[in-house]
Amino acid sequence: MILAFTEHVDGAPTALALEALTMAHRLAEEMDTPLESLVVGPAGATAAGILASYGVTTLHVADDPRLDVYAPAAWGQTLVELVEESAPALVIGTASDRGSEVMAHAAARLRLALAANCIEITPGDPLLVTRQRWGGSLLEEARLKGEVKLITIAPHALTAEPLAARTDVTTRTWKPVLPEKDFRVRLRPEVQADTGKVSLAQARVVVGGGRGVGSSAGFVSLEELAGYLGGAVGCSRAVTSLGWRPHSDQVGQTGTRIAPELYIACGISGAIQHMVGCRAAKHILAINTDANAPIVAQADYAVIGDVQKVLAAVNAEVRKVKALPVG
Amino acid sequence: MNILVCIKRVPATAGHIALTPDAQDIDTKYLGFTISPHEECAVEEAVRLIEKHGGSSTVLTLGPEVAIDQLRDAMALGIDRAVLLQTDGREWDPVATADGIVESVQADRAAGLDYDLIMFGNESADSAGYQIGVRVAEVLDLPCVTGIKALEVDGAAARVRRQTESGWERAELSLPAVFTVKEGLNLPRYPSLPGRLKAKKKDIERRKPEWRDGGLEKVRLKLPVQASHNVEMLGKDGDVGVELVELFQRLQLLERR
Repeated sequence: MILAFTEHVDGAPTALALEALTMAHRLAEEMDTPLESLVVGPAGATAAGILASYGVTTLHVADDPRLDVYAPAAWGQTLVELVEESAPALVIGTASDRGSEVMAHAAARLRLALAANCIEITPGDPLLVTRQRWGGSLLEEARLKGEVKLITIAPHALTAEPLAARTDVTTRTWKPVLPEKDFRVRLRPEVQADTGKVSLAQARVVVGGGRGVGSSAGFVSLEELAGYLGGAVGCSRAVTSLGWRPHSDQVGQTGTRIAPELYIACGISGAIQHMVGCRAAKHILAINTDANAPIVAQADYAVIGDVQKVLAAVNAEVRKVKALPVG
Repeated sequence: MNILVCIKRVPATAGHIALTPDAQDIDTKYLGFTISPHEECAVEEAVRLIEKHGGSSTVLTLGPEVAIDQLRDAMALGIDRAVLLQTDGREWDPVATADGIVESVQADRAAGLDYDLIMFGNESADSAGYQIGVRVAEVLDLPCVTGIKALEVDGAAARVRRQTESGWERAELSLPAVFTVKEGLNLPRYPSLPGRLKAKKKDIERRKPEWRDGGLEKVRLKLPVQASHNVEMLGKDGDVGVELVELFQRLQLLERR
């Protein structure tokens, strides 16, 4: 049996959970074994409707009023109990914030290896996996051993694909045995004030600045262009380290991953850690003085020139088109 | 309070990655090394907490002898003491690494040094197993929060915040605890020259944990296949306003007049 740890929001599996289920179902077919799923919280029972299109035969619903607030160790212990009881060959989770955390707790308690951020899995013992390093700029082929193999699937390693035929899903609700100490950490959501600003992760256009912008004040021209295009301003790690912009603006492996229609990279060299963060951009426009900067080779469009001069020309032209007052 | 920060030595990669001929490692012939980014913030946070609350800070890494460079970098920022868990160049998987760290924490405890706070990066820049901190917390039976971006300590109470895919979350818990941190927690300071000189003279304790097979074995590294594509050059100087506006309109990001 393959067990998928399925994250959900009020019974709707997350997009990443459906990707992991797609991978899990392919493996289940190859290994000729059933696919089961675990959801935490009674609301998860309604996931059965969708899971029927992903080849799930049994849905395990963990129910305990204390599980209403996310508690990583308790969720991990829930998974441990089910693994010990049902002895799956594989447990597949998502490499989301919660998925990575819950799988790590379970792996530690089961004293089993965990392969994180996998993009390919080949059945066998040991199992062969291909996993991401450096945010996906580098891949590792690895052998995964152990009585139960624990894996998280990297985001967007594959496309979620519902099956044509629906399965009959048996739902089983149970109350795991959870000691009070597994609730030492309970993470509550914070209510966010609506700032009215477009978020970096969701913006259709991101105007990003690197060292080539010249200074903190130099970002005014980027702000202006972003304003005209309804976009957000981002920056490279070099800029954050210099204190020119807050870390919340940082695009990259240790910052925000963006997925806009157009990423305008101004004075950014294109270190691999930065490119990890903008890989999902549909189009990249690089503005750089150096035609040999790595970002230029990875861009769809490039302008070789000084950021401030180029942006001054662009902003003036946009003002003309929008019939805005000059300067 | 006593704080332990666990760091990792990683190559300072730039525009592209090249592999060694046996595909076992990144070719670092032309690269420097650094502390993994999230962990730089863990080091900074430890220094600030000790400045505020008093106590001692220790930095630890598991790696080859040359990793003492990163231990000294951390001491240059204000960490008091350093421990190197020496390896023989073999790859240590997450289980082996976490076990090595746990043994070192237990050895410190036996010698009378008990940690109130153990900090890690949320994931290392290179191998990114997303699990060492959690594993250490589980074996030591300590509460653990991963990926924190804000930390307040008040006596034995800690308040943390973190940013996830679904927004900000917060938790309150008691110390001792394990936290894995993300960049953005603070802006790490630059080391001062006196700090660097002092760090050079400090002792580094060396311990030799035993390698074990944790169940995850690297076979080889490979570079992802890059789809080749053409770059359209739109101009060479500041006189490209019209061309770029035309591009924005083509991509339907700006209305045509």
